Amino acid sequence: MKFFEEKVFKVLMYVALLIVCGVVLSIVYTIFSKGWSAMSWDMVSKLPGGGFYIGKEGGFLNAIVGSLMIVGASTVLGLLISIPVVFYLNIYLKRKSKLAYTARLVYDILFGVPSIVYGAFGFTIMVYLGLKTSLLGGIIVITLLIIPIFIRSMDEAARDFPRDILDATYSLGATRYQTIKVVLRQIAPGIATATLLSIGRAIGDAAAVMFTAGYTDSIPTALSQPAATLPLAVFFQLSSPIPEVQDRAYAAAFVLTVLVLILSVLGRYFTNKFSKNKL
Amino acid sequence: MKLRAIIKHYLDAFIQWRVGSALHRKGTKFRPNKKFIRDDAERGLVVDKLNVYIKNNHILKDINLSIPDKKITCVIGPSGCGKSTLLKTLNRLIDTVEGVQIKGKVLIDGEDILHDSSDITELRRKIGLVSQKPCPLPMSIYENIAYGCRIHGIRNRRKLNMIVKHYLHAAGLWEEVKDRLRTPAVRLSVGQQQRLCLARSLAVEPHFILADEATSALDPISSKIVEELFVELKNEYSIIMVTHTLQQAMRIADYVVFMYLGEIIETGDAQTVFHHPKHELTKNYLSGLFS
Repeated sequence: MKFFEEKVFKVLMYVALLIVCGVVLSIVYTIFSKGWSAMSWDMVSKLPGGGFYIGKEGGFLNAIVGSLMIVGASTVLGLLISIPVVFYLNIYLKRKSKLAYTARLVYDILFGVPSIVYGAFGFTIMVYLGLKTSLLGGIIVITLLIIPIFIRSMDEAARDFPRDILDATYSLGATRYQTIKVVLRQIAPGIATATLLSIGRAIGDAAAVMFTAGYTDSIPTALSQPAATLPLAVFFQLSSPIPEVQDRAYAAAFVLTVLVLILSVLGRYFTNKFSKNKL
Repeated sequence: MKLRAIIKHYLDAFIQWRVGSALHRKGTKFRPNKKFIRDDAERGLVVDKLNVYIKNNHILKDINLSIPDKKITCVIGPSGCGKSTLLKTLNRLIDTVEGVQIKGKVLIDGEDILHDSSDITELRRKIGLVSQKPCPLPMSIYENIAYGCRIHGIRNRRKLNMIVKHYLHAAGLWEEVKDRLRTPAVRLSVGQQQRLCLARSLAVEPHFILADEATSALDPISSKIVEELFVELKNEYSIIMVTHTLQQAMRIADYVVFMYLGEIIETGDAQTVFHHPKHELTKNYLSGLFS
């Protein structure tokens, strides 16, 4: 009977694994089979000609550059904002502090807020401030979107931080602020993972940038200009009735997937590199 | 893959050579930092009527103690008698414990460290701590030693090199690690890690060394090495050691403090306490009736 149970669960786990792998593979297959025919060097190196909705010429360099600009800037901003938050929550506040509890609760709630709400919220603020859809708006909203992800995942890493190391640094005469070097080194793999998750979410999000960053056929040269993004390139081109344009959407999706893949591989590499010092 | 390995090999060799050449250079003699030197007459550690409560538990009761200079003081006693709490109070690491209340005085070099106005970082610099479990910082071997100096304002590369070399020598680790100073400290063996921690505490030039069962997590050979180090170090530092092994205390102690249930039962010269204990409890403990 024991061995029967063992077998049943083994099979169930195997099936679950197959389902997950199958889904991933079929997504990759769909994107690849439909997008590959439209893929060409022009696609990733040229700006679109003749509008994004019906245009068949050119590529979507504007969307690639726009996405990278928004994601890069908001990742840096997000890190700058969330590292101090995590440090304060874990090093300065006591274990059972009410403030820490409340802050974590708030970030959990923010974590669950859908991105379209962020988009709408950002849009409201922009209207209030009199801003038009722009690169700046996109960066701000995406930063807001990924801060909870950053904080949640870095917080998990920082909460496992061994107290012994803290005691060791204190006993050398470090102030709490001076321990930041040690803390950051220890949770570096956690930060790398958090960054990876955030970039993945930020680069793939269409709803938050739709109202805030807008869409354009050119590469933005200033923060006040609208910026195109890859998810929106997929969205707009896929809703076009022309089959060639729809293929271009799959090509954009393909590029997006490849970008995320490259970032993941890089992220894994750096995570391993950072964890060599870890206790 | 092979190319990468080759590049890595040469890069590592280069880094080692850069660090190595700076560190192995002759003619650079180590001098202790002038800022940290103090008169022998000033130094001393006196505990006066110390009471510590943690969440209404009376942990330490009326502790009066005077630690002799440049000697090894062993604090012995059964588990849970407050030995570790005493050590933690001496460098105020106890501040990080929640719900703690301290009354009394601890005078280090004539200054009351429990007073709010005392500079806690300077105090902790003066008192090195070697904890029970070796705890290297998540950095390279070199950085582990240099970290403490950096936070106390020594940034000069050559000075740091000298300090690192000197204290790795002092901890008897130099010969073992001199060719891999840039490797992460966690790759060392546990015994080596403990000596690294000792070197790290020494590098900020403390006057006292607190050792909280510093050898209990080590294998017999490493623990013997660390023990011998302590005996060597007592020429320059006052060492306060908490230990669970009576044999160890008998081997290296000059002065013994016996604690039981948060109180000091007996203090005195090692010979006197071990061979002619005055108190009944001490006798029983030494003869192994309880531990």
